[in-house]
Amino acid sequence: MITETTPLDDLVACPQCDTLHVASALPENARAHCQQCGIVLMTSQPAAMARILSLALTAFIMMIAAVSFPFLTLDAGGLHNATSVIDAVLAFNDGYAFPLAVAVAFFIVVIPLIRLSALIYALGPLVREQRPRQGARRAFALAERLRPWSMAEIFIVGVTVALIKVAGLAAVTIGPAFWAFAGVVVITVLKDQLICRYSIWESLDKATA
Amino acid sequence: MGIAGQSHSLITARDAGLVACQQCGQVHRLGTRVCKRCEGRLQSRDGESLQKVWAWLIAGMIAYIPANLYPMLLTSTLVERSESTIIGGVVELVEHGSWGIAAIVFIASVMIPVGKFVAIMYLAISVQRHSKDNQHERHKAYEVVEFIGRWSMIDVFVVAILSALVQLDTIATINPGIAAVSFALSVIFTMLSAQAFDSRLIWDADRTRP
Repeated sequence: MITETTPLDDLVACPQCDTLHVASALPENARAHCQQCGIVLMTSQPAAMARILSLALTAFIMMIAAVSFPFLTLDAGGLHNATSVIDAVLAFNDGYAFPLAVAVAFFIVVIPLIRLSALIYALGPLVREQRPRQGARRAFALAERLRPWSMAEIFIVGVTVALIKVAGLAAVTIGPAFWAFAGVVVITVLKDQLICRYSIWESLDKATA
Repeated sequence: MGIAGQSHSLITARDAGLVACQQCGQVHRLGTRVCKRCEGRLQSRDGESLQKVWAWLIAGMIAYIPANLYPMLLTSTLVERSESTIIGGVVELVEHGSWGIAAIVFIASVMIPVGKFVAIMYLAISVQRHSKDNQHERHKAYEVVEFIGRWSMIDVFVVAILSALVQLDTIATINPGIAAVSFALSVIFTMLSAQAFDSRLIWDADRTRP
């Protein structure tokens, strides 16, 4: 029951419909849903923090591999063209399409990297049970706000469509960067599913106090 | 499945004289400006939500027109030069017999954007009319729109990869057309429109105003 005396820190309001709930300790692996609109308010996964951190580190390293190695190679009629992820970004690099090159670079490489670094920065000390770094809250808030703008998984589907379009025209070889990129996508999905905003904010709060 | 608390009747943070941070969930007394936990800006309801939704939505719809009229891809081979629009690309794929890929491109570049325009308009109009019907369905629609909108970007990435990959001097080259830019803008604008929508407004219709 919500009463006048319930401390504010024990209350949770649903971010999507503003319904007020009293937070209570969840059993392991349980999820708490909003009673009005049904969205997940919080989840409880043991060791989620350590897993998020390790997945973020893995994804970060694989992302570096994905931008440095050759992505796709095309052979037709004796001509040869190797493409990296950077080349895909630079495809729009002529005149009017230049802003689009910048946007694509952000969507598929820069924003995913910013999100991963921010998460590693914010959660690293928490896993080692130390005080959070300065600006850890701002870093985590940034990582969450950028979530819809990180489009690595959409890019990989786009690449698949492009491959099928070209398949008839020329021989395409898939390079190591393609697999690294696909790995980044899978790991990012696993990592994002583990993130429970409420618990992370709470532990950032507790660790500071 | 757990439930957060056992409140017998559901009340909102606003009715309780509180305001919740949308970023981290921390609850504050109404009138607090900045969240003490995450330093985010606090707003019980976004009064300008619908204005922003309409503005971004109209911008998105305007950008979607040239995206369909102008070519997305400029292909030149030894024998011919051709330009293909979004729909043209889908038709080409169907002629090649790749039905599955044609379906993906059609869904991502035609059905999702158009569906999003309609869904956001419906959500905005129903909130303006203080409609009390189908709140759960409308909330679901909002979640779907937020989740699925980004996937329209597929076609832009296809164009990026194709034009980077197919650069074989005289034999075949593919270059991006101007439609790629307007299509990307259209997707970005509609994403901003969906993000500007304050979903709490859906549920406010049958709640007593303070």
